[in-house]
Amino acid sequence: MFGREFYIDPSRCIGCKACENACAECGTHRGASMIHVDYLDRPASIATVPTVCMHCEDPTCAEVCPADAIKQTEDGVVHTSLKPRCIACSNCVLACPFGVPKMMTRIEQMMKCDMCFDRTSEGKKPMCATVCPSQALAFVTPEEIGHRREQPVNIFHFGNQTVTTKVFMMTPPEVDVIDVDVVDFMWEEVS
Amino acid sequence: MAKLPQPIDQLEHQFGPHLAYAPPGGWQESGTGPADRLVKTHCCFCGQQCGIKLKVRDNRVIGFEPWEEFPFNRGMLCPKGVRRYLQGNHPDRLLHPLVRGEGGFRAASWDEALDLVARRLGEIGERHGRDAVAVYGGASLTIEKAYLLGKFARVALRTRHIDYNGRLCMVSAGTAYKLAFGVDRCPNPWSDIPKAQVLLVLGANIAECAPITTDYVWRCRDAGGKLIVADPRMTPITRNADLYLPVRPGTDLALLMGMLHVVLRDGLERRDFIERHTTGFDDVAASVKAFDPRRAAAMTGVPPEAIEKAAHWFAKAERAIALHARGIEHQSKGVENCLAVINLALATGQIGREGAGCNMITGQGNGQGGREHGQKCDQLPGQRSIEDPAARRHVAAVWGVEPDEIPRAGLSAVEIMNAIHRGEIKGLLSICFNPLVSLPETAFVREALERLEFFGVIDFFLSETAQHADVVLAGSLQEEDEGIVTTAEGRAVHIRKAVEPPGEARVDWQIICDLGRRLGQEQKFSYTSPRDIFEELRRATTGGVADYAGMTYEKIDREMGVFWPCPTEDHPGTPRLFEGGRFFHADGKARFIVTEYRESGDPLDQQFPVFLTTGRVVSQYLSGTQTRRIGPLVDQYPEPRIEIHPLLAAEHGIADGDWVTIATRRGELTLQAMVVKTIRPDTVFVPYHWAGEKSINRLTHRTLDPRSKIPEFKVSACRIRRADHPPAWANASRVRLPVVGAG
Repeated sequence: MFGREFYIDPSRCIGCKACENACAECGTHRGASMIHVDYLDRPASIATVPTVCMHCEDPTCAEVCPADAIKQTEDGVVHTSLKPRCIACSNCVLACPFGVPKMMTRIEQMMKCDMCFDRTSEGKKPMCATVCPSQALAFVTPEEIGHRREQPVNIFHFGNQTVTTKVFMMTPPEVDVIDVDVVDFMWEEVS
Repeated sequence: MAKLPQPIDQLEHQFGPHLAYAPPGGWQESGTGPADRLVKTHCCFCGQQCGIKLKVRDNRVIGFEPWEEFPFNRGMLCPKGVRRYLQGNHPDRLLHPLVRGEGGFRAASWDEALDLVARRLGEIGERHGRDAVAVYGGASLTIEKAYLLGKFARVALRTRHIDYNGRLCMVSAGTAYKLAFGVDRCPNPWSDIPKAQVLLVLGANIAECAPITTDYVWRCRDAGGKLIVADPRMTPITRNADLYLPVRPGTDLALLMGMLHVVLRDGLERRDFIERHTTGFDDVAASVKAFDPRRAAAMTGVPPEAIEKAAHWFAKAERAIALHARGIEHQSKGVENCLAVINLALATGQIGREGAGCNMITGQGNGQGGREHGQKCDQLPGQRSIEDPAARRHVAAVWGVEPDEIPRAGLSAVEIMNAIHRGEIKGLLSICFNPLVSLPETAFVREALERLEFFGVIDFFLSETAQHADVVLAGSLQEEDEGIVTTAEGRAVHIRKAVEPPGEARVDWQIICDLGRRLGQEQKFSYTSPRDIFEELRRATTGGVADYAGMTYEKIDREMGVFWPCPTEDHPGTPRLFEGGRFFHADGKARFIVTEYRESGDPLDQQFPVFLTTGRVVSQYLSGTQTRRIGPLVDQYPEPRIEIHPLLAAEHGIADGDWVTIATRRGELTLQAMVVKTIRPDTVFVPYHWAGEKSINRLTHRTLDPRSKIPEFKVSACRIRRADHPPAWANASRVRLPVVGAG
């Protein structure tokens, strides 16, 4: 268990949704999945991508929460909102740069992936990364991930915001930062 | 008469398919409580047979846990495996026998139902001859059940007609491998896949039909391996293909012969291997002379340069593996296609080594084991030929009958249905088979079923086929019985019993034994457990090709599965076949076999100018008897859609989501369009898991491969048009089906 990290490699994803189905079976939020799989553009391609929480070092969702309902534990995991505090305002849903938190309107609470805290705290792997048949979602040691073609990156530039995450995204070997916004590619003289 | 006993809507109201969404007790109640125990077993669905732990409480399966120690899948599962537990405790579950009466099915006692089945099948045999009765089996049955069913047909019913739904699966590959290698099993364990430098995937939608194999393929690429994918559709694994060959449906043989042409033209064959370990090379070499890349390209629609590149990569690699599945096998030249893969592997010496070989990906749960032990029309246990006098003597001695009493080879699955339609076969007992969804040309199948004088079914749900039965015997789900299945790798694994059958339902092997006793063979069907049957099976397979003599349940548990042949208890099993170039024919050599190109049995013409090909989606399994009853899997892909390339769609003014009528020489069907650039513009695709007005097998044709007798599901001629109006079911199906256990 010790030393294992969470890695996402969309290029391995086959869109089977084993992760979504397995997430919905998990102990703390049974029946509802906290993660999702999307086609990027089904008319043009079979490419799919899984989305789980990236567990940011400085989580935007928690920063924008007016009720202080989103907590990060020492291991870096960012948790689902605390039910007694969450006011269902959806600030986190709108602010998250990765589109992760979901407002469960039926119970008026934001819920999100907590990296299977109940499982990882017992030395198990998160459910989605255990079942994923293509290992697009993997919970392994840095040494094990080192055998792959792609390499892990956990720094993202969203224009003026730099986000460092606990979860790694696998990218082509020469990429060490993921630039998302056109601003990231622009140059302006700083006076 | 096997017409429906009551209107279809009444049957569906009573027997489903209904959708289960939550464990027993629902999410909020007892369903979320802890398990009494975790049962290490395997998935009930495909030939990968992933290890899984079932959570059990109060004799109910309430969920699953990954089984990370099982070496094949190491905890990985596809969505079907994750949700499989929802088939248990299902409201559609048959809890007692059913007998057809005036107003429909009625509950019956076991004695009444068993007496009726035995008496009616016995009477038909006496009046019309033993071969007027047939038995259908299935490749989801454990090897104990498959063995028992073969013995039951030949010893109790004394008919030669027993065959199984594996006839729709990998029989083309099995036939080819037996011809060329003398054995029907994939040669390499899956652990060889990541060690190959080149993977050639032919007609295999690995990501959706054998999802766990994806990880092996990706690990091969991680190690620097190249991936070649040949398919008319870009299936999900194509996203990482180093070379994609968009082969025209039904022309795989030309592609493979073209590749062998290039290998020989460029002197890339391994002469020493060919000379030492094979026969028949010269004739095959001569047969591919005409298939130069340009001609092969014209036939297949694959660029000549790509054919050359694929041939070069495969031949020049130190280690290359070919993986093939139904795409090349579901054709009227399915055996030739597989032989052509074998010829390519033999010519390049890519076989019998770690990371080198040609391999079929067997589709069904016990697709491998289920075909070895006697429910196949031409085989006796141990993969023995039923026409081999020595095999007949051996098995007759185990069964306690005279060799002459064992019937000769019978008809294959589709041929049995044809004989029923002709009125020659009048009585049928079926288990684990849903031909009304899975066989081609549904209208013909329905007509045939309606002509049966007596139709008995053993099943746990009332499948579309079982709706036509005179008697339905309530059998067992996989998790309600114990036994062995043999995976796509040739690895025998242990299915552990997790729960008892509910209500009055019984385990299948006891039902078959009960029928055997009623047919006057008490002594030969007096088993006390599946282990008891397995012990007899070990003796029956001793010395056979598929030799299980050295296996025990304990050994299989201890070693996390055992690969056959395993002739003695101290034998380690045989993960890899043909090492050192030793094949299973008497002379130890493999056979090159000439393949002859021919047209599909349903050729394109001006009336029907488009190819129709069929297959699967990841969230459904085969005829859907189980998976169409599992809510989350149904939601993932609720009904069949027709995949159409935008170029073809534009010709007909079809937009994504439009209703499209597709017609073949058998009839027509209206489905919603999915306009995608991931399929050849001359081809449309429809998945086949659905029944009635959503069943694409209403449109497929009954042409068989002459040797394997597999239907040509992968190539039909069709035409499409924008539909005048949606089908009647379009509105009905949007009314949500009754939901079970929502919490």
